[in-house]
Amino acid sequence: MDPKFDIQGLSVYFNRVPYLWSVHLGVPANRILGVIGPSGSGKTTFLRALNRMNELEPGSHVEGSVLLDGQDIYHPRYDVVGLRKKVGMVFALPVALPMSIYDNVIYGPRLSGNQRHRQDELVEISLREAFLWDEVKDRLKTSALRLSGGQQQRLCLARTLALEPEVILLDEPCSGLDPISTAKIEEALTLLKERYTVILVTNNTKQAARISDNAAFFLMGELVEAGSTEKIFTMPGDHRTNDYITGRFG
Amino acid sequence: MRIPPRLTQAGAFFILGSATLLTLAVLAFIIGFVLQKGLPVLSLRFLFTNPQDMGRAGGIFPMLVGSVLLPVLAVTLATPLGVGTAVFLTEYTRESRVTRLIRFGTDCLAGIPSIIFGLFGFIFFVTTLHLGWSILSGGLTLAFMILPTIIRTSEEAVKAVPKSFREVSFSLGATRWQTVRKVVLPNALPGIVTGIMLGVARSIEETAVVIFTAGSSLRLPTSLLDSTRTMAVHFYILAREGISTENAYGTAATLVILVLAVNLLAYWLMNRVMAKRS
Amino acid sequence: MKLIGEKGVRVILLGIAFSALSALLLIALFIMSEGLPFMFRYGLKGFLFSSEWQPDIGRFGIFPMIVASLWVTLGAMAIGAPLGVAGAVFLTEFVPRPVMRVVKPTTELLAGIPSVVYGFIGVIVLAPLIRGHFGGPGLSVLAGSVVLGIMILPTVISISIDSILAVPQSYREGSLALGATTWQTVHMVTLKAARSGIIASIILAMGRALGETMAVIMVAGNAVKIPHSPLDSVRTLTANIALEMGYATGLHRQALFATGVVLFVMIMVLNIVAGLAIRKRVGKR
Repeated sequence: MDPKFDIQGLSVYFNRVPYLWSVHLGVPANRILGVIGPSGSGKTTFLRALNRMNELEPGSHVEGSVLLDGQDIYHPRYDVVGLRKKVGMVFALPVALPMSIYDNVIYGPRLSGNQRHRQDELVEISLREAFLWDEVKDRLKTSALRLSGGQQQRLCLARTLALEPEVILLDEPCSGLDPISTAKIEEALTLLKERYTVILVTNNTKQAARISDNAAFFLMGELVEAGSTEKIFTMPGDHRTNDYITGRFG
Repeated sequence: MRIPPRLTQAGAFFILGSATLLTLAVLAFIIGFVLQKGLPVLSLRFLFTNPQDMGRAGGIFPMLVGSVLLPVLAVTLATPLGVGTAVFLTEYTRESRVTRLIRFGTDCLAGIPSIIFGLFGFIFFVTTLHLGWSILSGGLTLAFMILPTIIRTSEEAVKAVPKSFREVSFSLGATRWQTVRKVVLPNALPGIVTGIMLGVARSIEETAVVIFTAGSSLRLPTSLLDSTRTMAVHFYILAREGISTENAYGTAATLVILVLAVNLLAYWLMNRVMAKRS
Repeated sequence: MKLIGEKGVRVILLGIAFSALSALLLIALFIMSEGLPFMFRYGLKGFLFSSEWQPDIGRFGIFPMIVASLWVTLGAMAIGAPLGVAGAVFLTEFVPRPVMRVVKPTTELLAGIPSVVYGFIGVIVLAPLIRGHFGGPGLSVLAGSVVLGIMILPTVISISIDSILAVPQSYREGSLALGATTWQTVHMVTLKAARSGIIASIILAMGRALGETMAVIMVAGNAVKIPHSPLDSVRTLTANIALEMGYATGLHRQALFATGVVLFVMIMVLNIVAGLAIRKRVGKR
């Protein structure tokens, strides 16, 4: 089976300084990939390279190729806007836009103008998939800023799902959340992988061990090792991976 | 003989405090004086009837209309230009020679005295473009004058929108223009409106520019090409020609109240924005 | 919008962004095109340094007006700058913050009073006072300076407060920890640090005073002569333009535009200097 993402020799520079160096990785479809490593190892840079969000920083430069379903997303004529609809992203800090819950979720689909007839349906489906529907179904038109942190983060997930993407990228989504909210999000992700490819950056190795199918370990801008979660966590090939997982550093 | 520090401290407090109080007292006196002499003249009749006998009697209705039409016209033109400039500087470029040039132009424009605007408006709109002394000439000239104010306040308002909002919008597949329209501008709106109000306040009190571009007709304007007199101009003429001190005070009081009200509104809005942010 | 596309939007906004610059150039162009030819035909020296201003016989010397503008402006600064800086210092360093937060916008509000009102009060209240106590016509350089000085107070106070607030708290704490009083800290540390911002505010206010028209027309007397004492009546450059523009034609009108050019240049120079001073302050932060 062809991988969803086929990454070859990916390097990312900011103002000539390399933040990510020569990454080769295949990301299987419909699985959860856990991206682990200490802070500053390039995990977020890697994630943002998959939906070309790095380009928003001035002075960024990318080498290598990232093939999504066989097409290089860095090709000059590739539709960036469409890419970001196909590859959705949830950030570390929940950023609810200052609008109603309903408007937050439907923001993405509204941009392209289609789906006007199924907006209500889309909002409900997305909120259900994010495990938030029951808690907000009676107050969809109230401001999203009134939600708790955990609820806002699930809202961000629902917002991304409303675009009906194929891939979901999550950058340490549970870092600011309490254990119950974290559990809810992990539960949602585990169900979501049936329909989406999930790539999850996390500082929490236990979380990666809990829910991911495959894992990739980054250290100082390089991909050290990647493979099934079981293998990485029980019999890592590289001693650095072993050191990180057993908590010797990071 | 060195003066002990505690003495200089007390001395400084006293001197500086007196200076401050003097300042405030003078400014308060000015407003108080105008209101005291002018409020008795103010009445609904005064505001809504036409002047008679060159302003010796009657009211100031046409001037009220003029004082409203001119700022409205000015703001209508200056706001899209000002907000557009602010959006461009913040969202569409980085700091470069181009942006520095644009800022230099804006700063210089801000420093030009009103009499020069009056001259320009006269030679360009009234004469060269054959618009004559008219609301149109006045409004267009005033628009140039308040443009820097609107650019500055709009830029600050747009810059204050959190970066994360833009990031989220992009990550959901929005284009830059969509992000500006749907996320940045709605959030920057209160700040932008503050700038608009400041521009309105400035237009209301402008005299030199208006005399040279909109003329000083006492008649109620019926079209944009009609000449009109604003309250500030009316006050000036009444006072200098000695036509009617009473009506002058009344006009001044109306002016002061109007300008203060607009300024207060602008500051209240700005405070609400600051509060929401923190 | 879809017809224009993203690139189109950027181009349109780029064009709009140049509107301020274009306006500036347009203004400069028209003023100069009316004024410069006159200046060169009549002779720069005669224009700037002759004291004869008699339009009916073709004499256009604006020296008295230049002197008048300088005197009135400097007088205004002598009154407004110390008062304004004193007020700013008092409000930031000697008074609890909430008080300053109320008073500062209040003074800015007062900046919204139309200049004609200031001028009028100057005529009704100030001129008789001057006439009574010092003699002379009352409508004088002194009256103009006082009125202008008051008018620029909000500008000086506002910007000076901002500059003083920008001084890092650590500077103050360092001084106070060494046993200095507030006043000592202020004049030995804080004011030195805020100096360029305060100077910038003064220069900016100077530009405003130079460009003020309506108030000086009402209160400075408008006599065309070089002042020998603060009690003399004078006509500033701005007053000259405003008073005669209404009926000037031909060469006379061009002379007035040329006066505008002189004013324009003077203020441009002041603004550039102020801008450099402000940029230096921001850079230091």
